[in-house]
Amino acid sequence: MTCGTALLSLSHWLLVLGISSLPHPLPEISSARASLFRVPTHHRHTLPSPSFSSNPSTPLHSCKNCKRIFSDYIILYSLPPVLLMAATIVPAHAAFFGAKKEIGARASFSPSISAHRCRKHALNKVLAVMSPTQPSRAPSTTGSVKHGMTMTEKILAKSSDRSKLEPGENIWVNIDVLMTHDVCGPGTIGIFKKEFGKNAKVWDREKIVIIPDHYIFTSDERANRNVDIIRDFALEQNIKYFYDIKDLSNFKVNPDYKGVCHVALAQEGHCRPGEVLLGTDSHTCNAGAFGQFATGIGNTDAGFVMGTGKLLLKVPPTMQFVLDGEMPHYLLAKDLILQIIGEITVAGATYKSMEFVGSTVESLNMEERMTLCNMVVEAGGKNGVVPPDETTFKYLEGKTSLNYEPVYSDESAKFISEYRFDVSKLEPVVAKPHSPDNRALARECKDVKIDRVYIGSCTGGKTEDFMAAAKVFLASGKKVKVPTFLVPATQKVWMDLYSLPVPGSGGKTCSQIFEEAGCDTPASPSCGACLGGPRDTYARMNEPMVCVSTTNRNFPGRMGHKEGQIYLASPYTAAASALTGYVTDPREFL
Amino acid sequence: MATTLSSIQAPVSTICAFSQRPHCPTGTQSLLFVSKPSNYVIFAKTSYSFKPSKIRPITALRATPSSSPPTTFHGQCYVLGDNIDTDQIIPAEHLTLVPSKPDEYKKLGSFAFSGLPTSLYPIPFIQPGTDSTQYPIIIAGANFGCGSSREHAPVALGAAGVRAVVAESYARIFFRNSVATGEVYPIELEHEGVNKQCTTGDIVTVDLDRNVFINHTKGKEFVLKPIGDAGPVIDAGGIFAYARKTGMISSMV
Repeated sequence: MTCGTALLSLSHWLLVLGISSLPHPLPEISSARASLFRVPTHHRHTLPSPSFSSNPSTPLHSCKNCKRIFSDYIILYSLPPVLLMAATIVPAHAAFFGAKKEIGARASFSPSISAHRCRKHALNKVLAVMSPTQPSRAPSTTGSVKHGMTMTEKILAKSSDRSKLEPGENIWVNIDVLMTHDVCGPGTIGIFKKEFGKNAKVWDREKIVIIPDHYIFTSDERANRNVDIIRDFALEQNIKYFYDIKDLSNFKVNPDYKGVCHVALAQEGHCRPGEVLLGTDSHTCNAGAFGQFATGIGNTDAGFVMGTGKLLLKVPPTMQFVLDGEMPHYLLAKDLILQIIGEITVAGATYKSMEFVGSTVESLNMEERMTLCNMVVEAGGKNGVVPPDETTFKYLEGKTSLNYEPVYSDESAKFISEYRFDVSKLEPVVAKPHSPDNRALARECKDVKIDRVYIGSCTGGKTEDFMAAAKVFLASGKKVKVPTFLVPATQKVWMDLYSLPVPGSGGKTCSQIFEEAGCDTPASPSCGACLGGPRDTYARMNEPMVCVSTTNRNFPGRMGHKEGQIYLASPYTAAASALTGYVTDPREFL
Repeated sequence: MATTLSSIQAPVSTICAFSQRPHCPTGTQSLLFVSKPSNYVIFAKTSYSFKPSKIRPITALRATPSSSPPTTFHGQCYVLGDNIDTDQIIPAEHLTLVPSKPDEYKKLGSFAFSGLPTSLYPIPFIQPGTDSTQYPIIIAGANFGCGSSREHAPVALGAAGVRAVVAESYARIFFRNSVATGEVYPIELEHEGVNKQCTTGDIVTVDLDRNVFINHTKGKEFVLKPIGDAGPVIDAGGIFAYARKTGMISSMV
């Protein structure tokens, strides 16, 4: 593609990129590249140069090498410098690609032709698989075009006292809640004290939530010391929300202790629509399920927030994921997010926001929505959001006394890309070792012998997750064939396992069903072996073995041993696999 | 402190927005990375004073405090593939080490890249029995640093003696943490596949003035991207210094 062609198609690329403003003078820490993602391929798919006709009805292109068909996504690659330069001279009001209407005209999307695992790698070549619909006038002649904002943009605008802002802008944002835990808390506190002084006070003692959860039930001295460090700080600063634990031998005698931070934040009412929540943990994006901006940060940034209550953030563009169709009874939100990550790869959403909409999303309960948003970071995403609705408000009743103001994407909001899924056509999936985007159908892995099953973590250790597993065990009536470890995320979840009746069981609780199935006794609530941890962590993988897990990452060594093999799966799939001793599609039992 | 900063960082860099390609004014680049410990003592004080002055850097490759901060890095490189995640950079069992404590900082460095599978990476990043690396420059593929938000990742690399990472692309939290801590300089390559053309142990030079990465052993040169949006924050000396410079927070106590 020559420069000449590139410049001729400038308006297209503006639409594709969604560039509508000159670079903001206040820069921010970010990658200099435009959005891009890449997947290792076995060959380079050669797709025809983008068609610059204004006819959007040719959505399918096939690779010249393998004839595989690519469907109508907008794929962004880093632009050649000349385009980047040219892009900035266009007036600030270039029309955006209005994704929804155009793609909506297409029939519901079938994942079998999505084929986004293999994609053309070529750098400096722009490839639009679908050319965007053109406005009736060229952007440069339209004058000031009012356009709406996405949810993420609105939340950030509200929190930075701006009436309007656009992706790419760097802004100082007021933070509503800062969360830290036992692993990153001590480092954050160290930085806070060094930067603001030994006797400095935090910006707001009611807006910091300190939740020990990672390395709790261990004899590792440093781990125990770290809990002491955050306790000392909480006392010194009179932190209102510190979920302390002192007696490690029995979690139940610690009334304040909660467990996994992200689930605790939700259960304790710290997640509220329209707010900005930051945490020193990558899965802080979990809270996006409540329609807020939530993302993970490091110790230095957190130390900064601790003293000022603000942080410099770059507004991410939003990718919209429309999930429609009735949710099959054998699928869970974990299957949906694994499907999506497999689609866009582990860097598919880098520096972007992921917005989940559609009838399927609306039918999900809060815990399922959390599972969806939890793994946004596994696709590289900055944050995930689900529009708040009655389900959200009902969940929050009685949990928080603070007022909140939900925001929603405008009709005219600009999304950088849109993906549509017909959920009724999806099947249970797993992520094979060693990457969360190494997607495969569960039924295609039925010959994989496994050594253990792990059900736990913020991603897959909530009450709903255990209920789901219990349903499969109940349907089977048999015993598990491999050690099956159950680690409830929080004290509340643990209590639910022992008190709530499982539908269709005649009044049995999850714990009873698990016991009858021969699972391990539900363990003390914490992050557990999701990330390995100290050597004596319960269910840690200390030898190479194959594990099906409801957790969130399966990179080498994630659960302890470098040669361990982790298959990420939904609680249904995990339970089914425990019953057979092989990776198993839950439809075998459901 | 403000005076010291300005004397070292003159002239003040211009904002290197992504559109100003391919060449940023040389003035910008010369300020982007300062040697340890000289300006890093200052940088460290403004954002991350993990180094009390009595701790000296381990590798001889760090420039001593002298006239102008170096804008080049030279030494052996260690080559990695795509999607090197934070668990491989610093396995979670070592996260009990608190980076802001000097002795634990050093220990973190000794575990850098201990999570790499030996079948794929038979050459150890840190020789057994030592606690720092002989590879000050990392060459990597796409999405380097994906996974966790743990700041221990760039900190472990910096503590081990890594000066710069040269990768195709970065995961956002790792990139942000690298810039915030100043532990390693996160540089992006212009093109893909550079890591496939390099071998661990190659002698390389990273030249931020000319935005080139030179592999002397293989006799090849590769183009680097200018630092872009992160430039002014690194120039200022991290997020804290930047905030003070722009008046967001008052000077340090």
